[in-house]
Amino acid sequence: MFENLTDKLQRVFKNLRGQGKLSAEHLDAALGGLREAMLDADVNVAVVDEILQRIGEKALGAEVLLTLSPDQHVVKIVRDELGFLLGDQSKPRFASRPPSVWMLVGLQGSGKTTTTGKLAKWLASTGHRPLVVSTDVYRPAAREQLAQVAKAIGLPCWAATGMDKPLDIVRGAIRESKLSASDVVLVDTAGRLHIDDELMAELQMLKRELQPAEILFIADAMIGQDAVRSAGEFHKRLGLTGVVLTKLDGDARGGAALSIRKVTGAPVKFVGIGEKYDAIEPFYPDRIVSRILGMGDVMTLIEKAEQHIDQKKAAELARKLRHDDFTLEDFRDQLAQLKKMGPLEQVMGMLPKVGPFANIPRDTQVDEKRLKHVEAIINSMTAEERDDHSLIDGKRRKRIARGSGTSVQQVNEVLRQYMTMRKMIKQYGAAAARGKLRGLGKFSGM
Amino acid sequence: MITLFGPPEPTLLERLKESVSKTRSQLAGTVETLLAGERQIDPALLAELETALLSADLGPRTTREILSAVKEKVDRQALTDGAQLKAELKSQLVGILQEPAGSNGKSAAETGNDPRVTFIVGVNGTGKTTTIGKLANRLRKEGRSVVLCAADTFRAAAIEQLAIWAERNGVQMIRQKPGADPAAVVYDAVAAAKARGTDAVLVDTAGRLHTKSNLMAELEKMKRTAAKLVAGAPHDILLVMDATTGQNGLNQAREFTGHVGVTGIVLTKLDGTAKGGIVVAIARELGLPIRFVGVGEKIDDLVPFDAQTFVDSMFE
Ligand SMILES: Nc1nc2c(ncn2[C@@H]2O[C@H](COP(=O)(O)OP(=O)(O)OP(=O)(O)O)[C@@H](O)[C@H]2O)c(=O)[nH]1
Ligand SMILES: [Mg+2]
Repeated sequence: MFENLTDKLQRVFKNLRGQGKLSAEHLDAALGGLREAMLDADVNVAVVDEILQRIGEKALGAEVLLTLSPDQHVVKIVRDELGFLLGDQSKPRFASRPPSVWMLVGLQGSGKTTTTGKLAKWLASTGHRPLVVSTDVYRPAAREQLAQVAKAIGLPCWAATGMDKPLDIVRGAIRESKLSASDVVLVDTAGRLHIDDELMAELQMLKRELQPAEILFIADAMIGQDAVRSAGEFHKRLGLTGVVLTKLDGDARGGAALSIRKVTGAPVKFVGIGEKYDAIEPFYPDRIVSRILGMGDVMTLIEKAEQHIDQKKAAELARKLRHDDFTLEDFRDQLAQLKKMGPLEQVMGMLPKVGPFANIPRDTQVDEKRLKHVEAIINSMTAEERDDHSLIDGKRRKRIARGSGTSVQQVNEVLRQYMTMRKMIKQYGAAAARGKLRGLGKFSGM
Repeated sequence: MITLFGPPEPTLLERLKESVSKTRSQLAGTVETLLAGERQIDPALLAELETALLSADLGPRTTREILSAVKEKVDRQALTDGAQLKAELKSQLVGILQEPAGSNGKSAAETGNDPRVTFIVGVNGTGKTTTIGKLANRLRKEGRSVVLCAADTFRAAAIEQLAIWAERNGVQMIRQKPGADPAAVVYDAVAAAKARGTDAVLVDTAGRLHTKSNLMAELEKMKRTAAKLVAGAPHDILLVMDATTGQNGLNQAREFTGHVGVTGIVLTKLDGTAKGGIVVAIARELGLPIRFVGVGEKIDDLVPFDAQTFVDSMFE
């Protein structure tokens, strides 16, 4: 596909080591590469040019730090600049007196209803008592959809039976919230185009009535250049307080996050990462930055690893990485740990799509059953074999297959996977050792 | 301004500085105004044109390639003013979009007495179910009998949603319970259509991200099921794409085509301000024809794709 930015920058800067300052010529080439990367990630072209202008000025003026190569230096400036633009992580808002109303608005098909369910679930898990209500009286079965979502997550939905005016519906919901002591009312609104004057006016009316604590713009991570127009118009009409970026579990790079932030100033507060109702996370600006630049969600991965991986084992692994003796036994442990980190495909998806990770399938269907096979196969090896995989010849493979109730092909497959992972981890570790990828140092130093 | 199709003459930074404000106002502006009058062709004009194409979601590579073709003509002095340049650019775009449509004679093949089976696929929320409602309406107007197949058994109230479209069209819908195997619903629908001599089956599938291989495998299975009952089915697999989609649209088209063989694209939500330029990249790379465009939420808001109109509106 596209040459990734890291490679591109490295190529541009290959001959630059040892020079104290960036030349205008090299900078031009670097900015060209950055421009293409950001455009590929769907950052709006006007926003891209504005950002690049600032980056260019900073990069040209600055002395290249001794500890960084010029490409790293530019990446650092870019990362800092984008991070600055996206702002710090920002917390959801609540009203001083309950109920707090959160209104979810956006274009058709952006994921409002699913997100309403996810936010309700998230709120409930943090000790709130949410009530959901749909004012989508237009799309066929839209209210039915929210009712079913609420049922699936076991939270109340105000059905507004017999009502077909959004204003009546929300008034009913507020009354209901008081009766049921719900402290947050989530209002799912109909998807609409930002140029639909009548429907935009309807939202303004609902806002006046509800005085919401949050007006969240729900945006599809796959949205392109037009995001600035739609988000800009929604903001002009309603004053958005936050953004939720949905469908980030796919391979969209999500550059619209930057564009939307730029035109509305509203921070991204949550991201949707799957179809299940718990697939929602707070937004971490630095992660989306590396995603936009094509550098993967290394930081998410690391954080997840920190949360779930047994600290002692992690320290041991880090030691092994440094000493280059990652055995099949460790491989088995890793799989077990990985299982705890959540759906494997999600974890794989967070690896950067560069260097050693470029060619691993993103959505390897490593299901639980297959994991069990892998474990069975490794369990059927002798301690000696687990320590040194090169001992495992054809005869031993047959024995292992028999012992684990699998086939020789499956054993071969596991060995191949082990070898890939070993290679990957070696480079991963090496990169960490060089302190090349920020945050990785933390991992290996644990 | 940094251009994608050649080394800039003044330094990049100088150009950036002056262009940022211009680009900004151009966001709301149009190529039409850019090219009005007898404007000279100069690097600035080409750069503005580049911004316009990028803003329409053609993506950096497609934009660069199209512009370098145009620029080459300028260099040969085959084009001398803004109007000619614009005409040339348009005809390039129309050419890209028309080509695949022309080579698509096969999909109209006769199915004899068997129903013609169409799968509607795409990522979540693009407008699949609505498009089915609109397509059923078109088919009915052509005097054809239609059965809808509620094979989105996953999303909450998806079946109810399609049922309303069936009712609006006065056509049958075949359904099972939520959570049922979608291939089984396909089986039921195609079998029923075959038995009743229905002309067409429109299969609504659950929205799915193209990166989820288990869900793509599910589509493949549905496809095999249809083929078991009617040779050559599904005859059409229409990928529904939202006009607001950015560069990820290319991945979507690539993956859906790789897994189930997309035969055409329906571009929805063109009634908004998004230009849907990603289909240019898709047509170029994958040769997929764009068959219909969605221009609203009502039953009549689906029109056959016309490359010329589409390109014209891209520059409006
Ligand atoms: N403005 C506009 N809205 C559209 C168009 N086509 C569909 N929509 C709207 O987009 C939203 C999503 O449409 P659906 O038909 O439910 O999309 P889907 O692809 O079936 O969605 P899932 O099944 O959830 O993946 C609805 O609100 C539709 O009314 C269009 O051409 N223009
Ligand atoms: Mg649907």
